[in-house]
Amino acid sequence: MIRDITFGQFFPAKSPIHALDPRTKLVLVVAYIVMVFIGNNFFCLGLAAAFLILVTALSRVPVKMILRSIRPIWFVIAFTAILNIFYIQGEVLLFEWGFIHIYDRGVFTALFMAVRIILVVMGSSLLTYTTSPTDLTDGLERLLSPLKIFKLPVHEFALMMTIALRFIPTLIEETDKIMSAQKARGADLESGGLLRRVKALVPILIPLFVSSFRRAFDLATAMECRCYHGGEGRTRMKKLQMHAGDYWAFGVTILVFGGIIAASILLPKVY
Amino acid sequence: MTNIIETKDLQFEYTSEEEGAQVVLNGVDLKIRKGEFVAVLGHNGSGKSTLAKHFNAMLLPSGGKCFVAGMDTADEEKRFDIRQTVGMVLQNPDNQLVATIVEEDVAFGPENMGVPPEEIRKRVDEALKAVGMYEYRRHAPHKLSGGQKQRIAIAGIIAMQPACIVLDEPTAMLDPRGREEVISTIHRLCSEMGITIVLITHYMDETVDADRVVVMDDGRILLSGTPREVFSQVDELKAVELDVPQATRLIYRLQKAGVKGLPAGVLTDDECIEVLSNLLEVNGCPSSKPRN
Repeated sequence: MIRDITFGQFFPAKSPIHALDPRTKLVLVVAYIVMVFIGNNFFCLGLAAAFLILVTALSRVPVKMILRSIRPIWFVIAFTAILNIFYIQGEVLLFEWGFIHIYDRGVFTALFMAVRIILVVMGSSLLTYTTSPTDLTDGLERLLSPLKIFKLPVHEFALMMTIALRFIPTLIEETDKIMSAQKARGADLESGGLLRRVKALVPILIPLFVSSFRRAFDLATAMECRCYHGGEGRTRMKKLQMHAGDYWAFGVTILVFGGIIAASILLPKVY
Repeated sequence: MTNIIETKDLQFEYTSEEEGAQVVLNGVDLKIRKGEFVAVLGHNGSGKSTLAKHFNAMLLPSGGKCFVAGMDTADEEKRFDIRQTVGMVLQNPDNQLVATIVEEDVAFGPENMGVPPEEIRKRVDEALKAVGMYEYRRHAPHKLSGGQKQRIAIAGIIAMQPACIVLDEPTAMLDPRGREEVISTIHRLCSEMGITIVLITHYMDETVDADRVVVMDDGRILLSGTPREVFSQVDELKAVELDVPQATRLIYRLQKAGVKGLPAGVLTDDECIEVLSNLLEVNGCPSSKPRN
């Protein structure tokens, strides 16, 4: 059962969005987040939402999957909305009961913030749906590589990510084996209260830690055997290349960005 | 210069807190020729893995010398050249793969060496074809079998274009099928690509097709010669708790039991059948030839 866990949420498909350079996607997602936060009226949000719908349609990721990405944060959305409704004051009083006052502006702001958060989350989840973890690490490494002049260990960080991704399935498999072994020795992992169950995990975690260290030593030896000596003088097999699609993506995003800036200056604010 | 690896009175010892100074290698003189397939045999603690780690400067001798293609392994400047010349495959196939995609893992070595991207692409494809794993180039390593993973590890070394590959018990964690895959792969690399192979193992059966078998015991070379020469010395091998292939043992026992006319140094099952059926025919038992 534990083996079925898939890491990340990559949805493999052939689409123009999948084919984009991971660097393009990373930069554009940041741009998207910025534009959603710059927009200060419903027209801006409408534009951003339309853009998101267009990209989703192009990406061929099922809409259901994208909507699912909001599930873990619905509480945050609801919480901010409630706070906004009760705290923000305006001219028109809509509802009054004891100490509770709800104004029109409160309702608008609550709605506005909720839509904003939903757009940001769906937009960034589209990045992880359409980019494999490997490509993502690769893109990050190359985007951040200018930071090397500030002595930031960009290459080491990216390699750590790669190794983590490589070993997560291996370690999950190993956990499964250790659990079976301990169950065969009479370990009870399923019953009892929370404290008991946490305690029952100790004999699973200790062997897992020990073997992880052994794996780390082995891996270090293997890497040394293969002439690894840090990021210096290293080349890469895969060259990331910008294609026509990437320039189109940049063009469209800049247009939408411009539209949102114009609308937020010209049209009245919500809050 | 025909010796790819040469050790001269190689010594290695380390000090552990509990046991004090431990001598692991005690004067090993070994020459390995270019293109040779050498199997190093020995039981646990005989020093065979330690010896292997000297061949690519993972360990440095505490006495004596070790030369790789004429380079002294103690020379720190040459360390990467040595590791490029002598590639090493380790025991656990899971713990030596770095990347999340097969072809990127194979590319890891050449990337470290700073090979240009187009050249890496070419080498990776060739290496994967050489081990018969080209169709799996876009797979995730953790979904492959042990034998397949070990072949990927070998491809990762081939992509560095070494003159010699040292394999430190590459089959110890594999099932029989995986073992067969790995052993036939390295034999092909030796005969077709001319890569020198040093196979460290404790499985007798894997050594019978080698050009030369070196038997290690207690940090020394005990026997060295063709498999036939080495395995005919059944008593010496028994003395160091090493076994001989089953076929060899059967013939040896028959000889001991007083059966005449059996040659020494029978290695494979087929040879054994041949020898036994000949014997039975000579003794007037014609229907005993195996039908298949």
